[in-house]
Formats: sequence, C-alpha cells, structure tokens
Amino acid sequence: MNKPKTDLGSWQASQKKNTVRLRYWTGAWVLSLALATFGPKMLWDFQTGLTLLGVVINLAVGFGMIVANKRYLQGLDEMHRKIFLDAGALSLGAGLVCGLGYELLEDIRLITFQPEISHLIILMCLTFLAGLIVGHRKFQ
Amino acid sequence: MKNRLKVLRAERDWTQAQLAEELEVSRQTVNAIEKGKFDPSLPLAFKAARLFGMAIEDIFQDEEGS
Repeated sequence: MNKPKTDLGSWQASQKKNTVRLRYWTGAWVLSLALATFGPKMLWDFQTGLTLLGVVINLAVGFGMIVANKRYLQGLDEMHRKIFLDAGALSLGAGLVCGLGYELLEDIRLITFQPEISHLIILMCLTFLAGLIVGHRKFQ
Repeated sequence: MKNRLKVLRAERDWTQAQLAEELEVSRQTVNAIEKGKFDPSLPLAFKAARLFGMAIEDIFQDEEGS
C-alpha cells in the first residue's frame, strides 16, 4: 500500500479556504454593521437614502456571512461538526431561557432598566465559545 | 468502542496527520478516535477499513460485546 501524501491535501486545503472565506465575510459584516450604525450620525447626517443603503448593504453582507458559515460547517469533519452542534445547542438554549427570563425581570419590575438585545447576544456568544472550548477539551 | 487504528497506523509508519489526510478528517479527530474518545460514523469506519484493506470488525470492536 502506498504511503499517504505528506503535503497539505485537498480536504485540508478546502477547510483552510472555508475558514478564510468565513473570516472575510465576518469581518465585512462587522464593518457593514459599524457603517450602518455610525454612518447616519457621523458620516451622512441621517440622509434617508444613504441610511437605507447602509442597512441593505449590512443585510446583504450578513446573508453572505450566513452562506459562508453554512459552507464552513458542511466542510467540517464529523467530530468538529458535533462539537459545533453541541455548542450551538447550548447557546440557543441559554439564549432562549435567559433571554425570556431577562425580559420577564422587567415585566415583573425586578429591574428598572430596559433589557438590551446586545446583552442576550453577548450571552449567546459566550456560551457558544464555552461550548466550543468544552467540546474540544472533551475529545482531546 | 475499541479500535486498532493506532497499531495499524504505526505498522505502516504513518503519522496521524497522514492518516487524517487519507480519511479526510482533521488530525484531532484521528487522535480522538485512536484514544476511544470519539466513535466514528459508519461511513468513516468503512473508509478506514478500505484504507487498511481490512474488514471493519477487524479494526473496530464493540467494548460491550467483547
């Protein structure tokens, strides 16, 4: 039997390409979000046309990021896909339970401030990250 | 599930990275399978069997059945 290849094979190369593509799309989405958020106030003085354009660009780039993320996920091997899925389930569960609980706190007047969606997103990101770390350690 | 992947790989003097490339998975996945921490899917187990030219049950054994 032949000895396997030692150079960067096609699967690894494809993985690397998917990761780089996702990185660029994520970076572009963050930039487009910053433009849509701060542009109206700092760059074009709330001109409706430009503001609308900023939002449309943000949504279009966001859609591109979703597609890149889907391709990245499809390119992962089965163990990494499982780690990703477990982390996603943890993040979704934490987001649902804590998000509704957080909203409830205001409704029943246990907190006086308005719950922010950004707090929920931070929580979901942190639980997803924690899920990825735990998953990688589990199979190490 | 127990497996003989590490032994078979060592017999052929392959690295985990080389085996990973052949199986189209990451080196970490090969490592996890060798250590028995991750059970491969049936298609991946068949791929390993084809690569080593052996029957699937000669590489992977159910611990409960053994």
